[in-house]
Amino acid sequence: MMQTARLGRTGGQDAGSLRQRLWHARWSYLFMLPALVLGALFTFYPMVASWYISFLDWSGLDSDRRWVGLANYREALGDAAFWDAFGRTFAFTLVAVPVMLVLALLAALALNDQALRMRAVFRTMFFLPVVTTTAIVGVVMSLIMNPFDGPLNSALLTIGIVDAPIDFLGDPNLALWSVAGVFVWKWMGMSMIYWLVALQTVPEQLYEAARVDGASRWRTHRHITVPLITPFAIIIILVTFVGALQTFPLVQAMTQGGPAFSSELVEVYIYRLAFAADSTPRLGYASAVAVFFGLTVLVLTLAQAWGIRRAGAFKRDIGGAS
Amino acid sequence: MSATGTVPAVAGTAPPVTTPRRRRRGGGRGLAREIIVSLILLPICLLWIYPFLWMVGASLKSDSEIFGRVGILPETPVWENYARAWYEANIGPYFFNTLIVTVAVIAIVTVTTAMIGYVIGRYPFPGKKVLVGVLVASLFLPEGYTIIPVFDLVNSLGLSGSLWGIILAESGGAHVIQIMLFAGYFRQLPRELEEAARMDGAGFLRIFWQVMLPLAKPAIATAIIMTLMRVWNSFLIPLVLTLPRPELRTLAVGVYSFQGENFTDWSGMAAASTIALLPIVVVFLLLQRYFVEGVAGAVRA
Repeated sequence: MMQTARLGRTGGQDAGSLRQRLWHARWSYLFMLPALVLGALFTFYPMVASWYISFLDWSGLDSDRRWVGLANYREALGDAAFWDAFGRTFAFTLVAVPVMLVLALLAALALNDQALRMRAVFRTMFFLPVVTTTAIVGVVMSLIMNPFDGPLNSALLTIGIVDAPIDFLGDPNLALWSVAGVFVWKWMGMSMIYWLVALQTVPEQLYEAARVDGASRWRTHRHITVPLITPFAIIIILVTFVGALQTFPLVQAMTQGGPAFSSELVEVYIYRLAFAADSTPRLGYASAVAVFFGLTVLVLTLAQAWGIRRAGAFKRDIGGAS
Repeated sequence: MSATGTVPAVAGTAPPVTTPRRRRRGGGRGLAREIIVSLILLPICLLWIYPFLWMVGASLKSDSEIFGRVGILPETPVWENYARAWYEANIGPYFFNTLIVTVAVIAIVTVTTAMIGYVIGRYPFPGKKVLVGVLVASLFLPEGYTIIPVFDLVNSLGLSGSLWGIILAESGGAHVIQIMLFAGYFRQLPRELEEAARMDGAGFLRIFWQVMLPLAKPAIATAIIMTLMRVWNSFLIPLVLTLPRPELRTLAVGVYSFQGENFTDWSGMAAASTIALLPIVVVFLLLQRYFVEGVAGAVRA
């Protein structure tokens, strides 16, 4: 109730001409300045400049920037390597994200049990890969997956699951999925924390009531947990999905997109064209790819905004938290 | 004990994810369940930390000992691996580059996001909705989308010869989570504090520095950890900005390049990786509650 009273007063301050309001808020603008200047230089300007560069034929090595209009886009859209990277990125995401989210949910359900004494230890272990440097973890993982008796192959051979070492990162049919496996290992702890936060918004009383009624664990999850965490689930799924589309360090460190481009995701492709090309770098063309990809992610973000709004409406309907 | 609906987003004020609730009554069955769940989780957890243990073990093995064995412990520790990584692979200088970049970015980002978060959280101003919308949208920008202009800009500003290029580029990235964390934290501080300070003749600046900021220590701690996690581990920006200048490389880029340049020195690589990962792992283990709360706060916000 105090909240409303305050809002009423702020509402009064809002009255007056725009100039008065701007003057009244001068300190606010001053306080935003440092963050906005940095953001303007290194986030907002690059967003716009990418468009401009995408219309250029430019190597980045000299000042020779030739305006070529939409030629880069036309070339990208007709380039099989680009579409391969694009499709691969979505294939990677559509496989890795559901596997990771399901594993993370199972872990979260197990660790949400208040009676479990070791849960802090388990949680720490699952979260450890999240805080470590992705590129370095990628390097270590490529040692572990080494086909010449790396520990992973040694283990598989010893148990007898395989009779010849598997070339996890050197086999074009396998490399992308080996990276996806490491991706799941690396980020599962993050999703697990997301799920734990969601699970803990469910009031304990509901579970107690269900227990009194003699509901089975499965029925409790089906009728209490699932509906109550659905709004969170929408957000978690979309955030994870959009994040996975941008996997760069792991792939770069483990396979550099190889062998034979079989694990080249869009961001790796952009990097190769712009900075690691065998021939002259092509910043203009790479920018066109980046802009096209950025737009795709933007569309998915808008879908997410829509999802969150739906989730908000859902939350109000059930009179839930906040 | 009562479960409230609203969950503050910051460590220290928020109930930790581990909040102990009443242990379920009914002894025997619960204990059996606990043991079974623990027995299932334990091997999975070991799988989760095995790569780190193997890495530390491998950093002390001879090259011939690294492969062909799943075991972690070396027969006799070979400490020279570390000397080789430190001097030959230049991990020493890379370590200090990373330290400088991380400290500088944390300082810049904490101050600037606290300031902007403060006004977003507490003051009305024309254009606020647009600003928040743009900030949230920039959260989902692929890094690869902006890296080419960032590279170009750093070069044209003449910053490619120093660590300043990396520091500013990292500071100018979308630190939306920290902003929202501060906004959420400052929003819930009572208005009376401000009014009392204003009665005493304090202006906007003094209220911020002497009243609000000291109260925001939990939010500052969380923001620092969020930034640390991001900057210490950052890869694309330092990779691209140090392409012409290997001496400015950070640890992530250094270890990655070591792999390319010296690809048979496995134990040296494991030692380099250990040196690079150890600080962040130690900090995480010491402050893990805040790390987890930071992520949890982000999803709540």
